[in-house]
Amino acid sequence: MPAGIVSYGVYIPKYRIRVEEIARVWGDESDVSGNLNVFKKSVPDVDEDAVTIAVEASRNAIRRGRIDPARIGVIYAGSESHPYAVKPTGTIVGEAIGTNTDLTAADFEFACKAGTAAIQACLGLVSAGMVDLGMAIGSDTSQSAPGDALEYTAAAGGAAYVIGKDDLIAEIEDFYSFTTDTPDFWRREGRPYPEHGGRFTGEPAYFRHVTNAARGLMRKIGVSPEDYDYAVFHQPNGKFPLRVARQLGFTKEQIYQGLVVPEIGNTYSGSCLIGLAATLDVARPGDRIFVVSFGSGAGSDAFSIMVKDGIDKLGNGVPLVRDYTSETKNEYMDYAMYAKYKGKLRL
Amino acid sequence: MTMSTAPRFWRHIPQRYNLIGTHCVNCGEYYFPPREICPNCRRDTVMEDYKFEGTGTVVTYTVIHNATEDFERQTPYTLAIIRLDEGPRLTGQVMADPDDVEIGTKVKPIFRILGKGGEKGIIYYGTKFVPV
Ligand SMILES: [Zn+2]
Repeated sequence: MPAGIVSYGVYIPKYRIRVEEIARVWGDESDVSGNLNVFKKSVPDVDEDAVTIAVEASRNAIRRGRIDPARIGVIYAGSESHPYAVKPTGTIVGEAIGTNTDLTAADFEFACKAGTAAIQACLGLVSAGMVDLGMAIGSDTSQSAPGDALEYTAAAGGAAYVIGKDDLIAEIEDFYSFTTDTPDFWRREGRPYPEHGGRFTGEPAYFRHVTNAARGLMRKIGVSPEDYDYAVFHQPNGKFPLRVARQLGFTKEQIYQGLVVPEIGNTYSGSCLIGLAATLDVARPGDRIFVVSFGSGAGSDAFSIMVKDGIDKLGNGVPLVRDYTSETKNEYMDYAMYAKYKGKLRL
Repeated sequence: MTMSTAPRFWRHIPQRYNLIGTHCVNCGEYYFPPREICPNCRRDTVMEDYKFEGTGTVVTYTVIHNATEDFERQTPYTLAIIRLDEGPRLTGQVMADPDDVEIGTKVKPIFRILGKGGEKGIIYYGTKFVPV
């Protein structure tokens, strides 16, 4: 029996800082914004973290699908910025969305692809009939050292997907993953900011993993890029997904709807899941969506998704991705305010 | 705001996360924080748990400019007495520019960090408010 997405929700903080403003502070006179194809990034409020974002996204998913939280038997929360080193994010989400105690939960970490790994695990339990519904979450308030290249894009946001077998809004037809030991980006225990291999993060990391996972899935199920209406690739910046799409034979038109990074930055575990949500926001029954995540360290998960009739039965009044990215909903801050909010200044 | 110890916080999780109060089935009164006995009806009723929507109206407010170390990053911030749509009043933080909050402002709930027990302690999550 097919399994897939029963509902979904996103959350993106309202504050934004322009990439140009960060470049100004560090005296970078190159066209950083144009080079990255990222114009602004989201900044969490002082009282937001990966848990509060996960809760808001999950509550949106519950409301959109009119889900009885008691049906949720598993919560897997993916993040690289879980606020506790020991004390699962999923436990707090479960309480906040009102699941009962008949629940298993664990936190996932795989850089930017922890959320898609959580979807795969939920899909396994649901397909095996071991749980009724699963909640898979990717949420982050990603950290970057002041002045580091990551500071231009490291943003905050998240998405939550309810995985089940009945009333599907989209069937997950199949997935394929590609994983290697590649030290392109890491953060050691107790360190506040991640380290990365600079240019090494491109070819041997992002491009190798995304293309291998994508081609592996297309080979596995015998499809090609023309079989899809939309495609979503992990978005560390606005250039990589465009380039990898071209390498694989997807068009700009296919990825445009899900390309959210120019407006919000890289939301790490939230990244391609928010891109998928932006695509589901407009998708029609029968549309097919190709999704590939990437997490440093490194790995990619590729999914083939078929939109179902259930998408027309979702509840209204729950924020769409564009409700969070709309210019009128955003508040801009300068670098001084940003540093205060992110706690980069010692007060 | 004073931060409670772990067990005390734990007992208050349902009301902090989801505004769980009580409702008197006899006279219809809603209570937040929850009461186990209805002062109107005493023994002649049953009290049931009730999850408040969290939407309400600012009755009065104050803008805090000087805060303890924990809250310094948030100043200036707005503390308000909010009348929930079902009736009860509670004190909560309204996350908005203080200029955007006034008596009569309609608010809705959001899930935020209420405080932390320093660098090593528990993170206290719960409900704050934003203008609708
Ligand atoms: Zn009563």
